This record gives sequence, C-alpha cells and structure tokens, in this order.
Amino acid sequence: MRAETQSPESRAVEEGLEPDLSVSIGKLTLQNPVTVASGTFGYGVEYAQLLDLNQLGAVVVKGIRLNPVPGNPTPRTAEVTSGMLNAIGLQGPGVDGFIQKYWPFLSTLKVPVIINIWGTTVEEYAEVVRRFDALGGVGALELNVSCPNIKEGGAQFGTDCNLLGQVVAACRRATTLPLITKMSPNVVNIAPYAKAAEDAGSDALAVTNSYPAMAIDIETRRPKLANITGGLTGPCIKPIAIKLVWEAARAVKIPIIGMGGIQNAEDAIEFFMAGASAVAVGTANFYEPQTPLQVIAGIREFMKRKGLRNLSQIVGSVQLTR
Amino acid sequence: MLEQIVQIVSNERSTDSYYRLVVRAPQIAPRIQPGQFAHVRILPMKDALLRRPFSIFQVEGDTFSILYKTVGKGTVALARMQSGEELSVIAPLGHGFTVPQPGAETPLLVAGGYGMAAMYLLARRSPQKGIVFVGGRRRVDILCEREFQDLGWEVRVTTEDGSHGEKGLVTQPLLAELKSAQRGRKLFACGPTPMLQAVGKIAGEHDVPAELSMDEHMCCGVGVCLTCVIRVRSGDTWEYRRTCTEGPVFDARDVVWEEAR
Repeated sequence: MRAETQSPESRAVEEGLEPDLSVSIGKLTLQNPVTVASGTFGYGVEYAQLLDLNQLGAVVVKGIRLNPVPGNPTPRTAEVTSGMLNAIGLQGPGVDGFIQKYWPFLSTLKVPVIINIWGTTVEEYAEVVRRFDALGGVGALELNVSCPNIKEGGAQFGTDCNLLGQVVAACRRATTLPLITKMSPNVVNIAPYAKAAEDAGSDALAVTNSYPAMAIDIETRRPKLANITGGLTGPCIKPIAIKLVWEAARAVKIPIIGMGGIQNAEDAIEFFMAGASAVAVGTANFYEPQTPLQVIAGIREFMKRKGLRNLSQIVGSVQLTR
Repeated sequence: MLEQIVQIVSNERSTDSYYRLVVRAPQIAPRIQPGQFAHVRILPMKDALLRRPFSIFQVEGDTFSILYKTVGKGTVALARMQSGEELSVIAPLGHGFTVPQPGAETPLLVAGGYGMAAMYLLARRSPQKGIVFVGGRRRVDILCEREFQDLGWEVRVTTEDGSHGEKGLVTQPLLAELKSAQRGRKLFACGPTPMLQAVGKIAGEHDVPAELSMDEHMCCGVGVCLTCVIRVRSGDTWEYRRTCTEGPVFDARDVVWEEAR
C-alpha cells in the first residue's frame, strides 16, 4: 500500500531501478532506442576512433545498391540556417565492394548492423536483399525508397503507394530478416504509404528521409549544389518530421524509427511522444559525433527523473486533450 | 584522431582580416603532421552548425595554432572568441605532406594567401631548406614571410597589385626558378584551386614531383559524408576520393581537374 502512495520518481530511486531502454524492431532487439541515420555514419568504421559503436542501439550504414555508384558532381552539400542540403547521389561500393571492404569490421560489432539498400527496379531491390540475407549476421535491412537525389530509384518508389507495396512485398519474399521501410516525406498524407508498407510485410518504418530543397548563391546566381536541388536535414526539419511520425504512428501498428534534426535527448523524447519506438541521429553526427551517446545518456536521465521503467511508457504518449 | 574540448590561449588579429588562434591541446599537438588539419566546432555559432576545417600552422609544446581569414559566419564568430574560451576540436585529420628525407629533393613551397598556413610546419620539419614562393592580391595577403626567413628559407613574394615583391602571380617566379634548374626539386603547394591547378600543370610540364593540398568544402571531416570528394586517377579512369581522409594532400599527377563551373 505504501508504494502506491509514493510518487513514481521516489519509488524508482528507492528501489534503485535502472530504466529499461531496450526496444524491439520486428524480431530484432536493440539495447537502446538510439540508432544513426543512413548516410550520416559511413560504414561505422570511420567513427570507431571517436566513439564506442557498441553502445549504440544499432549501426545503420550508407545506402548500398547492387553495383558501385560514383555519386554526384560537387558541390554536394551546403550549409543553410539550422541545417544543411545534400545531394551526394548515393555514392557507394556496391554489394560486393561493401562486403569485401566493410563487412569484416562491421561483423565484429556486438550491436545489430542495419544495412540500408536501394535499387532502380523492384527486382534489383529484391536481389540486394537476397545477397544480404545470404551473407548472414545482418541485423536488419532498411529499404531506401525515398532518396531525393537520384533520377532513378529511391523516391519514385516512396511516392507511389502501389510501387511501394510491390517493392516491400518483393523484399519480404526474399528474406526473413527484419525489414524497415524508409519513408519519403514528400507526400501529402503519409498514412496510406505507411499502411502500404505495413501491409506488404515491412516490420518497421523509418520516418523520414530528407526534404527536397534548394539554395542559391546570390553572388554567382548559381544553385549552391551541383545537383541544383538536394535534401534538407538538420534541426530545421525536426517539427515537420515530428508531425509525420505522429501521422504515421496513427496509421500503423508496426514500430517507427523517428528521425529528423535530433541533437539531444529532448529532441529524441519528442519523437517518442509522437509515436516513434526508436530514433536515429543524423546530421548532428557530422558536427558532434558524440551526439548519439549523449542522447542515450539523456534519455536514461529523463526516465529516471520521471520514474519511468521502460520506453513504452513514453512512446505515443502525447496528450491531445488540453 | 581525437575529439577534445580545447581552451583558447590566444586569438589575435595579425594583419587586416587575418587572425592567429592558439589552443592548448596536449594530446593532439604531439600527433600533428605537416599538412594535416583541425576540424573546429565554434560553439557560439547558433544557426550555423557545421565544423570548420583549418590547416594546422604551428605546433609548440602542448599547443597548436591556426591562421585564418574572416570570410564567413564561422570565421567571424571565431574571431570574436577570446582566450580562456573553449572550442571543440577533432584533430589531427587528413593525409598530410611527405616530409622530405635527408638528401631528398630541394623543397619548393608554393602558397597562395592563407595557404601559407599549411606550409610552415613542413618547412620547419624539413631537413633541407628550400624556397617559399608566396603570392597574394595585396601586401596584407602575404603571411608569415618573417617566420620562413627565420627558419633560414628564401622567400619570394608576388602580389597581384605589386604592393610587395614582384608584381604578378606566384607561378611566375616559380617558372623562372624551374627554368634555371628543375632536377632535384619537389613542389609542395597550398592555396586557391586555380593556383593548385597551375602548379600541377607546371609540375607536369617540367617533370617535377608535386604534392598539392586541396581546398574543398568539407562537412564531417572524417570521411563519412562524401562532401569533399575530388576526381583522382584510378587506372584508365577516375574515381571520387575524399579530401578529408585520402587528402587533403594528393600527388599532382593523380588529380583530375574538373571543368571550371
């Protein structure tokens, strides 16, 4: 009886409980809900000197398609107010190059490795999935159907419900690995797309990719990116991403990995309250590589302060009535 | 490569819009090689988030310094910072210059503007003394002439307006020098891209080896974001390589110059 009259905070302190930060994505369990956004963390090895990758929820690598991709001409990025634009063009080593060059290191990690993959046809997506399914030891596959910076592949799949369903279904048939579909923000209403991915067998959604955007150098009158347009990321997109997570979370039952401008634990907690079960730190990795670890520590601190034992007590907990 | 919070020892204007920043970084300073850079997060910047890369100028004991010019948001914010304040630094980064071995070629250093900052440590650690060719628009753009002279190096100055040294471009006295003798010379260059391209061309024509420190836009500085790529020869074709990790110093023969945009 005494315990019920105590505040949750004091009870947690008294019992010396550490909050449980673990989260499930399909059959995959993450030790904590903080991952990194594909394309902002290379292949993990680049940051291994600066932080202990085994403390992350998962490592998510840069997008891989079947064959090597040279990427776009430069300039490829531009700083904008509270964010940046990028149009890298998914430069990458292809499946074989990735397995040869990066998998020996990645396979030694104790935390799950999530491989972001893409293709220009439904069949290519499925083929890449099969290759990684055969590799063994992969934590999950993230289907990039939303890159705004390449002509073929990517966003065309993410902005057509029918195509999206076909891609996810084809990948689903090709593997039993957990599948995460990385959604395009470039839709009027994300709900039907989220539902299409869920219905086709996706185990989770990553919400969301970068926002199509543009910047001009007024001295030269040229676009700041060689690609003319690019994807906007960083803290400036966070409120837009929060809304998309909230809308997607109401449309599906599968877990959502929220991302967009996360710089600290407060940002991450906002995503949880909007309905995300996990989060990814993206652009902040570029300017503060310690961000993911700081976010983990801050979430733990918040949960202790509020007397929360597990993340499910926060996920989707936004109160809509005033 | 280390990430550390470092304290500013001094941050003083040297001439015009050029500043010299000294920071205490006991773990970073001893690891620095000539031509490497520091990636600096200027914490007071509020809406400009990215780090700024700076060539490392000097290393003294447990400190290192950079020379910078106020050209944008980052450097203007940096110029306002004072001794005792803190910066977040990731360093040392990048693949630097090859320090000449005793008995190797005579080094000819070619610097444009604040490109001079990347060359000092090389001159200081080179067992051979050589010649520094330094060019700038005006007299105030000629940095650390004295420092190189104090090391016993010959300094040949050019300015575009003729206000100091020879009037014209830095490549003029370089060409004259190579005409007099090209054997046993090696070029090391840092400066604006058109200058680097000209130096690379001259090196090719005179069959002189050259190392170029490329000046590209950077974002992460550690090889992740693929912002700072340049075209580098690979067999019969080329591939993008990262200036922050495979560079910033490249062999001039390997660089494939892009059409001017």
